[in-house]
Amino acid sequence: MSKNYYDAADLRKFSKITEWSPELGNKFFDYYGKVFEEGALTAREKSLIALAVAHTEQCPYCIDAYTKDGLQRGITKEQMMEAIHVGAAIKSGATLVHGVQMMNKVDKLEM
Amino acid sequence: MKKSLKARNNDIANTSRQMEILSEGVFATGELPTFATKIKETNQFPLRPKKLEVLQINLGYMCNQVCSHCHVDAGPDRKEIMTLNTMKQCLEVIHKTAAHTLDLTGGAPEMNPNFRWFVEEASKAGIKDFIVRSNLTIIRANKKYHDLPEFFKKYNVHVVSSMPHWTRGKTDKQRGDGVFDKSIKALQELNAVGYGLEGSNLKLDLVYNPSGAFLPGDQQALENDFKKALKNDFDIDFHSLFAITNLPISRFLDYLIASENYEDYMISLVDAYNPAAVANVMCTNTLSVSWDGWLYDCDFNQMLNLKVASKVKHIADYNEELLQNRNIIINQHCYGCTAGSGSSCQGVVA
Repeated sequence: MSKNYYDAADLRKFSKITEWSPELGNKFFDYYGKVFEEGALTAREKSLIALAVAHTEQCPYCIDAYTKDGLQRGITKEQMMEAIHVGAAIKSGATLVHGVQMMNKVDKLEM
Repeated sequence: MKKSLKARNNDIANTSRQMEILSEGVFATGELPTFATKIKETNQFPLRPKKLEVLQINLGYMCNQVCSHCHVDAGPDRKEIMTLNTMKQCLEVIHKTAAHTLDLTGGAPEMNPNFRWFVEEASKAGIKDFIVRSNLTIIRANKKYHDLPEFFKKYNVHVVSSMPHWTRGKTDKQRGDGVFDKSIKALQELNAVGYGLEGSNLKLDLVYNPSGAFLPGDQQALENDFKKALKNDFDIDFHSLFAITNLPISRFLDYLIASENYEDYMISLVDAYNPAAVANVMCTNTLSVSWDGWLYDCDFNQMLNLKVASKVKHIADYNEELLQNRNIIINQHCYGCTAGSGSSCQGVVA
């Protein structure tokens, strides 16, 4: 067993999760594959969304996978960075909007 | 400008060393299956030619560019150029071959001093599809090449040109500073004489190679993106885009090793292996002729000096029937042509 929590080589073994729960694992991968097909959104747009979410979720496997996926699709590094800023903006906005709750609580408690 | 691996006496310029690298590491330990093992799984070993369709002739390794991914290791310092005598031997074959496509490549084939004579003579054979692989910048490199668009038009040559991206940064990083602007100008000049326009029979196709250690994405999606961007930004039209995978040989192999991407790249190729692509891989319908007349299963085997496994090994002894009765030489680099939708000089194959 690796001494690290994350090992880049583990990404290649992702499909092995089906071994201990074939039905659920296969359903997940079928769903996953379907989600990323061309639809109302292009596969390219979906790749950028995935890259942004990969960062907000701070998943190193997903970051590797969707950076490579973006390059393969011809997505530029500027477009990738802008997508990450969208994720970062929502993440920071989501933090800051809770400031209103803090303010409400302060207003309620203070004389 | 950078020098070729050969001029730098780089270890990788030695084809035997390349073959060693491709057999060591993950393939020696068994972590990844060799290409032969892989195609045996689907009973496709030994790989055999089908009907010959494409005769690809390399007019020389000299080029005005030194692209970082070049599998030919071409550049201005490469002096290997096809002689008039070898061209005459090729012409004899061109006049009798059953192949419907003649594909001239290099280096920059236009830099061969007898290029125009050869095109003129070859065009008399009435080959259905006559391709010249032009790097575009050659058209702008020197006054003597400025009339190439008109020359190509005169002989109804099908122009196939490399263009790694629709942005300046990515293109110049792979192909050299200033290449993007010159390529754009050359494409506009080709358009001006009728190449690449909708409905035009003057065919202009682009070749996309990934500018790094990753595989090409969907060819049709990339073509759509290229068409949209080149039309909007530069009013450029072209017909089709061929997405070609970089094979782990020569300069690209050197890059993979230097950037510590080699192993991951080979894993990507093997993981993306598609048995359906094997059936249509280009070595099954192509013969490659080197600048000095030797015969190979493909341009990549040429660069690895893997001559055809046939009694007939040289254009001077050409015998199509005998040549078709051969086993194709394979090695781990062949994974580059069978990944995903497959890859060939004409783009995807599956």
